[in-house]
Amino acid sequence: MNILIAILVLGAIAALFGALLGYASVRFHVEGDPIVEQLDALLPQTQCGQCGYPGCKPYAEAVANGEAINKCAPGGEDTIKKIADLLGVDVQPIDENHEQDGSSQSILPKVAFIIEEDCIGCTKCIQACPVDAILGAAKQMHTIITDECTGCDLCVAPCPVDCIEMRSTPETIQNWQWDLNKIAVKQLD
Amino acid sequence: MIIETIIERINQGKFWHFHGGIYPSEQKSITSSKPIKQLSLPKQLVLPLQQHIGRQGDLLVEVGDKVLKGQALTQSSNPMAVPVHAPTSGIISAIKKSVIAHPSGLSELCLFIDVDGEDTWKKREICQDFSKLSHQQIIKKIADAGIAGMGGAGFPTHIKVNTKPGINFLIINAVECEPYITADDLLMCEQSEAIVDGIKILDQLLSPSFILIGIEDNKPQAIKALQQATQHHEKIKVCVLPTKYPTGGEKQLIQVLTGKEVNTGTLPINSGIVVQNVATCFAISDAVINDIPLIRRVVTLTGSALAKPQNFWALLGTQVSYLLEQAGFVSEVNKTNSTPNSPQPSPPVPSPPVIMGGPLMGFSILNEQVPIVKTSNCILAPSKIEMPSAFDNNSNEVECIRCGQCADVCPSQLLPQELQWSAKAKDHQQLMQLNLFDCIDCGACAYVCPSQIPLVQYYRVAKAEIRQQQQLDIKSEKAKVRFEARKLRLEQEKIARQEKHKKAAAARKATMNKKSADGSTANSAVAAALARVKAKKAAEKIINSNEPLASSNKVTDEISPVKVAIARAKAKKLGKQENIESSLNSNKPLASSSEKQAQKHSAINEQTINDKKARIAAAVAKAKAKKFQEKKSSTEQNELSIETQSEKTSEKAQNITTEAEDKKARIAAAVAKAKSKAKLKAIEKAQQVSTTNSEEST
Repeated sequence: MNILIAILVLGAIAALFGALLGYASVRFHVEGDPIVEQLDALLPQTQCGQCGYPGCKPYAEAVANGEAINKCAPGGEDTIKKIADLLGVDVQPIDENHEQDGSSQSILPKVAFIIEEDCIGCTKCIQACPVDAILGAAKQMHTIITDECTGCDLCVAPCPVDCIEMRSTPETIQNWQWDLNKIAVKQLD
Repeated sequence: MIIETIIERINQGKFWHFHGGIYPSEQKSITSSKPIKQLSLPKQLVLPLQQHIGRQGDLLVEVGDKVLKGQALTQSSNPMAVPVHAPTSGIISAIKKSVIAHPSGLSELCLFIDVDGEDTWKKREICQDFSKLSHQQIIKKIADAGIAGMGGAGFPTHIKVNTKPGINFLIINAVECEPYITADDLLMCEQSEAIVDGIKILDQLLSPSFILIGIEDNKPQAIKALQQATQHHEKIKVCVLPTKYPTGGEKQLIQVLTGKEVNTGTLPINSGIVVQNVATCFAISDAVINDIPLIRRVVTLTGSALAKPQNFWALLGTQVSYLLEQAGFVSEVNKTNSTPNSPQPSPPVPSPPVIMGGPLMGFSILNEQVPIVKTSNCILAPSKIEMPSAFDNNSNEVECIRCGQCADVCPSQLLPQELQWSAKAKDHQQLMQLNLFDCIDCGACAYVCPSQIPLVQYYRVAKAEIRQQQQLDIKSEKAKVRFEARKLRLEQEKIARQEKHKKAAAARKATMNKKSADGSTANSAVAAALARVKAKKAAEKIINSNEPLASSNKVTDEISPVKVAIARAKAKKLGKQENIESSLNSNKPLASSSEKQAQKHSAINEQTINDKKARIAAAVAKAKAKKFQEKKSSTEQNELSIETQSEKTSEKAQNITTEAEDKKARIAAAVAKAKSKAKLKAIEKAQQVSTTNSEEST
């Protein structure tokens, strides 16, 4: 008899919590995969495709499904660290195949530049640009909207006359970084 | 807090305190006893287009233009931009990038003026009674005069004074708390009336309940001068504050005078308080009353490395080297810090070092050619005894011992030690949590640090990094939006294309059905096409089968291969020519590989065209042969049994003729039969007649 009561009570509790969980899963249902959104927010959004996926969001989705976290070259080690923190996995060194030339951290960001005299107006770069940062029309000269360019490099290869090159953005007062060694600290006696 | 109680406290000479603060050696006596010296005109002035926070204006002048003193050189419709003016008359000799007064030592666009020495003024409108001017007129005058806060940050003044009513306190910052600097002190001593005029103009604009002039008690002469100038003004109170660094910080001064703390991320204006620097007040009175734009300022040249330290009235754009020369600065080249064996190419650091700004908040300038701008209040050239760290390129920083002195002196009540660790670890999130952006860069923490950690520098680096990161975040967000938009657009284009194709297919089907409705069914059309193909095939067969047979055909067949061969030869020739041409082109040095390829392609195309021609010729020949053969077959009826339609008809014709002949023969036979019958009958008759005749004879 006692055992029967115990079973009934436990069964009732189990049913109650089951119902509660079921209700919660319906009530607090989240559309989409939140981890993908979080991963996407960590990625640099250059949309460069160097990871082998057509853009940052697809790579985020792939990472959520178990792809290696070390394929984002523009993000560098910082991004890998953040993704590792988020996913609770070990930090991996950046994939050699996806490493950029030199250390990308210290160098100023680069943007594409069209040598306008050489441009033949083929629109190939416009089709390649993932963020629509190239302005132009067929048989008209093209130009880069520097503020929108993510420096992804994707327009360089399709150009048939090699008139696109990557240039560093000039260092100005606005983007200048303090160099600690240049300023001596003052200590009055 | 009620305003009256604040005023009561102030009247009693009681003030509030802010947290922390330091008491560095003042060193103001070096220059405070000497009057402000007028400088002779320098040969050249360098005017950076942007001398303040905000944006630079658009240029109004070109190289070679002659400009008059006080003439505006830039303008802008943007409210955050303030114009710059020609500090004296002269000719614009260049507009180019030049090193400016910034710790980075970077170059920005500057105007170079060759001074003609005449100092000719532009036409000025002197306004004796500013009380008749409307608010808008005064604000326009201030904006046109290019006045930006002269205390340090350089915020455009016309924006700060153009506020909604309801200002409780207008605070005039005459504290000048940083050691060595005496520029404001002497300005107050010498120009107290003008400063009070400026305060009155601000009073007219803002109509605050009270005007408080905050001044430290280490400037007795300035206090006296101000008290004299303001004795008839009930509203203006000169508040003599105890000397403590950094009382001159905006938030600190507000706290000392009113006891109010300005919250993180809010402006003093939200608490009904406006703070203006005393030098800005002087500039406002100059601009509104005398129509003199901001073209000069008082600069303190001080430090033991100068033979004649003094305050100067310096025109904006005067190069620091010129001022140093006037103050008796002896440059000791290669004496102390720039060792020739240093592995890195040493930057052009003036030796001994020159600091722009005060000793606590200033920065070493990397080039003595930098110009004085609206915010430069002090040039400090210390000796090695005064400031050994400025001479030492290698930092003497040692590990933090966690003594906590920095937290004790921080006027913003931050935790400098924690901030330092987070800054070194580049933990931006933690830095934001520790309210890094409340740091006013006062340098008190670095001053007291026994480990000589350059704390402020770490914070500056971290602040710059965070700002840049924020910019990057904004940019990446924008890139994301654009990427998504592009993806959506491409998707839509794809769908649109598919729909178009579908529509086109449907249209084709519809037209087909229409035709079938007219009469001929789709099936019949197909059948007709099939029949045509069959006929063609059959014709080809005939030719092949005929070749060995008909001798007359042979002639034509012999002709046609010849023709084909000729056509082929022609094609070859043409192709060769093309090849030669292309090879010639390839020899040309200018021709790129892509051009070559294109020509090769064209040559191949030519060849294929020639081949085509030959084939066409062959086809024509074949067709001719076929025609000839057909004719023959129709004439020579009996020779062949063939399946072509024409052959069939001829066969039919043949059959018909034979049939006709048969008929004829049959008819003839019948006739003959009939004739023979008749003959037989006649013979019988004759026999009968003869018998009867014989019977009759017998």
